[in-house]
Amino acid sequence: MIRGSSSIRKSDIINRRMFIVGAAKIVVFTILISRLFSLQINDNKKYLTLSDKNRIREWKLPPTRGNIVDYFGNIIAGNLKVYQLHVIPEQVENFNYLISRLQKILKLSNKKVEKIKKKKQQLKPWESLIVSENLTWSEFLKINNYLYELVGVKPIMTISRNYPFDDIYTHVLGYVSQPNEEDILNNEIIKERFVPGIKVGKLGLEKTLENDLIGSNDIQRYEVNAYGKRINQLEYQKGKQGTKVRLTLDTEIQKLCADLLKGKAGSISVMDIYTGEIIAMYSSPSYNPNLFLFGISQDDWQLIRNNPLKPLINKTLSGLYSPGSTIKPIVALSALENNVVDPDFTVNCKGKIELYEQTFHCWKEKGHGVVNLKEAMKQSCDSYFYEIARKLGVDRLKITADKFGLGKKVVGDYFENEKSGQFPNTSWKLNNLGKGWVLGETLITGIGQGYTQTTPIQLCLMTAQIANGGYKIKPKILTDDNQLTSEQIREVIKNNNSTNSYKSLFKDPRNIKIVKQAMFSSTNEVRGTSYKSRIDDPKYQFAGKTGTAQVKRISKRERELDLETSQIPYKDRDHALYVAFGPYKNPDYALSIIVEHGGSGSSNAAPMATKLFKLIIDRHDLRKENIKLKNQLPNVST
Amino acid sequence: MFQHRRLNSEITFFQKIRDLDYILLISILLLSSISLFVMYSTDGGEILYHTKSHFIKLVVFFLMMLIIAFMNIKLWHISAYLFYFIIILLLIWVSYFGISVSGSQRWLNLYLIALQPSELMKIAIILCLAKYYHRLKTEDVNKFTTLLLPIVTIIIPMILVLSQPDLGTSILIALSGLAVLWLGGVKIKYFFYSFFSFLISLPFIISFLKPYQKLRILTFLDPDRDPLGAGYQIIQSKIAIGSGGFYGKGFLKGTQSYLDFLPEKHTDFIFTLFSEEFGFIGSILLLLIYIIIILRIIKIGMFTRSTFAKLFCFGFAFAIFVYISVNLSMVLGLLPIVGSPLPIMSYGGSSMLATMIGFGIVMSAKIHHNQNIA
Repeated sequence: MIRGSSSIRKSDIINRRMFIVGAAKIVVFTILISRLFSLQINDNKKYLTLSDKNRIREWKLPPTRGNIVDYFGNIIAGNLKVYQLHVIPEQVENFNYLISRLQKILKLSNKKVEKIKKKKQQLKPWESLIVSENLTWSEFLKINNYLYELVGVKPIMTISRNYPFDDIYTHVLGYVSQPNEEDILNNEIIKERFVPGIKVGKLGLEKTLENDLIGSNDIQRYEVNAYGKRINQLEYQKGKQGTKVRLTLDTEIQKLCADLLKGKAGSISVMDIYTGEIIAMYSSPSYNPNLFLFGISQDDWQLIRNNPLKPLINKTLSGLYSPGSTIKPIVALSALENNVVDPDFTVNCKGKIELYEQTFHCWKEKGHGVVNLKEAMKQSCDSYFYEIARKLGVDRLKITADKFGLGKKVVGDYFENEKSGQFPNTSWKLNNLGKGWVLGETLITGIGQGYTQTTPIQLCLMTAQIANGGYKIKPKILTDDNQLTSEQIREVIKNNNSTNSYKSLFKDPRNIKIVKQAMFSSTNEVRGTSYKSRIDDPKYQFAGKTGTAQVKRISKRERELDLETSQIPYKDRDHALYVAFGPYKNPDYALSIIVEHGGSGSSNAAPMATKLFKLIIDRHDLRKENIKLKNQLPNVST
Repeated sequence: MFQHRRLNSEITFFQKIRDLDYILLISILLLSSISLFVMYSTDGGEILYHTKSHFIKLVVFFLMMLIIAFMNIKLWHISAYLFYFIIILLLIWVSYFGISVSGSQRWLNLYLIALQPSELMKIAIILCLAKYYHRLKTEDVNKFTTLLLPIVTIIIPMILVLSQPDLGTSILIALSGLAVLWLGGVKIKYFFYSFFSFLISLPFIISFLKPYQKLRILTFLDPDRDPLGAGYQIIQSKIAIGSGGFYGKGFLKGTQSYLDFLPEKHTDFIFTLFSEEFGFIGSILLLLIYIIIILRIIKIGMFTRSTFAKLFCFGFAFAIFVYISVNLSMVLGLLPIVGSPLPIMSYGGSSMLATMIGFGIVMSAKIHHNQNIA
């Protein structure tokens, strides 16, 4: 019994203590359940987001660039389907064997194979390795034939930049290529949209308009596992193609420019004298931008780089030339505006003038005899311009030259590589060379030699502003659907002189007229320097001024030798220049032509204008019809 | 069902079947089937190795549990000390000849099954101490000498398991043992004393911890310290459970688990997978099943006559409670990761074997509730 009661007492203790433990259990389970509640109910959203962040990964694909079209809507920078070969390393059983198979099929060089193997080391096994960026159609077919034995190989169709007119537009458009570190760091948008395989503008409009052209990425959303391997695709979000950009350029005229300058170094620019639209802008020689898309080969690059005619330089915007006699319309205008001379002022040209024991030669050794302003311009008499420049002074001349845009960037907003050149005056020389101005320098400035440095586009703008009656225009290369047409601007200028927004660059409109007439006679009258290049049909008739810019001082001995251009070494030959506007009666267009080391302007530059004006004026009506693109072409081209 | 029979009377087989505890049995079956579904999910929705193996173990051990239930509880009383010593020997054996997996030597290769003796020790320690306190007079419980022996009984396996190293199981063994001490009547002040001396010696204990164990504790305190390293498991587990929400992502739709973000999803983190797929509501239901099992074991303990059976049932109920709460606290980020399986749900034979033996003894205690144990 004692034992029994002890046993009962014992079980009492056990039961009691069991209940104390039980209470602890309730507390613990309550804590666990409230924790579950807080995780699953209170913070559910937070953890759901985290879980999605874990499992969903985005892959950005290269965006499709916007097309660039010419004035008539022809694509000049488009997108082309290209065939690429990708390999997914993790699906490949024997990588080295596969590569040697591919090497045989595609005839890859050993160097290229090494490169691919190196690239593979940097990639994760599920990332696609680009073996070839641009397969030809036949290579693509060949690969597809062998596909059954090439596990892990993926022939892919993608889109790449394409320049259908090859080298015609290179200096305008630039080109695209893989971005380097600098490109990415300097542009937030590139940084944000960067993906391997993206191409960005390296030069020209492709670079300046990058942010419009680039477009937004296609995005693929995949579910991935903890090791980053793609399990299945959840979504494909199509990106937006970059904005389409329409230029003011005319491909036909651009082509003619290229044709005229074939084999020569030089530049041709054509401009609408009212709207400032650049119709053509070609720098010769050019190069094929398509070569840069997938990385240019060393051979091609050396060929471009070592070409003595310097294709890499955009001569239209960054080539600096002495304007030579093409400056004479501005000198004449400045003299008239400042009342230094009147049109009847004459000079007796004896082939040279002496000043402070220095001889200044006219290009015509025998001299022109007595010439007035019109005759002097027509025959490009240097003696006459020495004289009026002396009377005018360089400081007054510079004011006029500045007004007409010399020594200033013209389209610098769009082209990083444009140079401003310079038009000198006395203070310029003092500030930059630390020496006082010498009268002799005024004389040679008057014939466009000496310190004056201009770009071809500046000469074109200068001519256009003379041609439109002396009104300031803003050159442009992008079309603007809201702008006034040339006709409308012409009317505005004609009807209202005081309140219109077109700033006049003259004091007396008659002075402009005199200069224009002088330029007319230079082209269309006997003994005019460009008389041989004239067109009599008033529809095409143009007026212009030749120029021959010396690249080195002519020594006395050389002057006596009077060598033919072909007998002088290439580097020492004169640059040939020509500026003109037309049609004369009611001008619409101005142009400037420069042929580096081409010899005289009258025989080497002016004849090009004949062909140009024929085409430009023939296309004028067509251009008017297309002020706004009627049937908008679809943006995507393939 | 709970009807007392005459003391020590012979029980027929039919009576044994009648007296089986069906509520406990059904709860175990329910838990087993849930565990099979979850295992199927860890296999990625296919019947693969884990599901098959888990199924076979469930069937074998369930049958074993029934056999144990029909055996007289007296047998366990008789062999309790022996059982304890065998497991001690096995633990020593393991430290010399055990299989080493990821730096921890816990398993014995028995060809059919890789046995983890430390799991069996969880049961053995309860049996052993239950027998000890069953035989001890109430007056003697708080004497120094009688107190020393059970403490040594607990400390020896603790040290052996700790040296494997396996902190989690070692703690679970200690807690199971201490629970029986408590139930046996050891004064509460001794628990306080030992708790405070534990706190004081904590710095020394920490200095003996393996670097990975220290890391786990640090990681527990701040999981974001090293999100891709040591904190990864806790963070991913919390994300999985939290993203499950009220209804869960659905069966076989737990992205965290099938995309391999969850570590150890078959074993210690099985609840995480379950909770991701079945949500708050599923988790509560699962907890409910466990609570029913625990309450049922306590009820049986109260019903049995012998102190040994009572102590075992209460001790085992507490042990189950500790396993569950330690495991859940761990996956919910309330405790450091110490490595403790969730009974029946987790993949792993030894843990299941120990749990099923425990259930078997409890059922036997019910059937033989009137058995007088000397």
